[in-house]
Amino acid sequence: MAKRNGSKQTGLQLDKYFMGYRRENGRVGIRNHVVIMPLDDISNAAAEAVAAHVQGTKAIPHAYGRLQFGEDLELFFRTIIGTCANPNVAACVVIGIEDEWTNRVVEGVRALGRTKVAGFSIELKGQFECVRQASWKAWEYKLWASEQKRERCHIRDLWVSTKCGESDTTSGLASNPTVGNVFDRSLGCTMSFGETTELTGAEHICVKRAANKKAAEDYMRMFNRYQELVKSKGADLLGSQPTKGNIRGGLTTIEEKALGNLQKIGKKCKFVGCLEPAEMPKGKGLWYMDTSSAAAEAVTLWAAAGFVCHFFPTGQGNVIGHPIEPVIKITANPKTAELMREHIDVDVSGLLQRKLTLDQAGDLLWDMMIRVANGRWTCAEVTNHNEFVLTKLYPSA
Amino acid sequence: MIHFIVHEADDTVGVMTVDVKKGQSLTGWNMTSDKTIRTKAAQDIPLGHKIALVDIPKGQPVIKYGESIGVATKPIKKGQHVHTHNLKTARW
Repeated sequence: MAKRNGSKQTGLQLDKYFMGYRRENGRVGIRNHVVIMPLDDISNAAAEAVAAHVQGTKAIPHAYGRLQFGEDLELFFRTIIGTCANPNVAACVVIGIEDEWTNRVVEGVRALGRTKVAGFSIELKGQFECVRQASWKAWEYKLWASEQKRERCHIRDLWVSTKCGESDTTSGLASNPTVGNVFDRSLGCTMSFGETTELTGAEHICVKRAANKKAAEDYMRMFNRYQELVKSKGADLLGSQPTKGNIRGGLTTIEEKALGNLQKIGKKCKFVGCLEPAEMPKGKGLWYMDTSSAAAEAVTLWAAAGFVCHFFPTGQGNVIGHPIEPVIKITANPKTAELMREHIDVDVSGLLQRKLTLDQAGDLLWDMMIRVANGRWTCAEVTNHNEFVLTKLYPSA
Repeated sequence: MIHFIVHEADDTVGVMTVDVKKGQSLTGWNMTSDKTIRTKAAQDIPLGHKIALVDIPKGQPVIKYGESIGVATKPIKKGQHVHTHNLKTARW
């Protein structure tokens, strides 16, 4: 039953290699998107017009990019540039109302070692002329991208992020430990987790998973920074967890809830460092990112940091996807697996009845990760989920 | 048929995967060691809620995922339901 590199328990192949797209800067993607990225809200119409002209290109409309300033503007550029430079993107056309900020994105993408990027602006020529010029470039990029070949890559070139959503009692019991089981296998991937608010009240437990003093200090700094922000708005998160719904479901304390969440990073994994929102990791291993616990905002930040695949354990069935980072859904809730089948990639509900061991559940997720990396669409891709939600730190000027 | 799951070898509570009734004989599964555990429900316990696997004295930590999830606010007997009435956070 067992094959080379394979699992004795499930007979699955469990490949350490997949067929990916190696980009000109050395990073490896698992999708081959040609993105039409609007710089700002008022360029969405032009970007969507270009994507409608050129088959197989994808516009990523969003709500911001005008009159932002300071740290909020820096995060905006980091997110847009990082998304365009993500290795799941083969080439990118940027469209903005004016030249200067449009070029800032183009130059930012080039600075990350990506070459197939061009910018177009609407001022002084109008939307029709801008769409005409941008469409020719998108046409050229699409033809080029369609001849890019997948090649054999090692899984240490995969960057995988994880967060859970619509969690219920089955998440801490089984679907989060399934993700943790794969993270604990030391596959050599670059990995990330986050959800600063969800860890409120159990930060003392999370900080124990830091691999070094600096990671621990950075984690506490980010955690306290968020608590201060919440306090400055007249609210207090301490005491808000677990929620009434959690308590009805059987969760008693914040430590218990946070430990259930932390099962996603397994039993052995330690985080080597902390990332600002949308910041790229500087090395391999597991990274903590300061993210919201809102699914689309968090996945958007990870995609912008260069992550190419996301593990999303869910209990009640969150349906989130992302335009360029495939989101793999894992559930251990048998009702969700049955009633929301079109959204669930990996069903580990057998764990609750001992029909699967934790290692077998981990095998199923590893197998799905390789299949998705090889090109198998996720349920979120098939069901047209393209959530791209920018994190906004404060109002624009 | 299993009634509850235990995460780590040293955990002092398990989590129900089905609703159980007082007096019912229960079969549990330790996910890490892959061992079977047998016990009796001292009370009705709903799905998703916790059962004590050992006697836990007042003031002692309750262990789940191999970590303390809080302290017992009264003595808890093996087989009893563990929740807000007898367990509280150690944070405040």
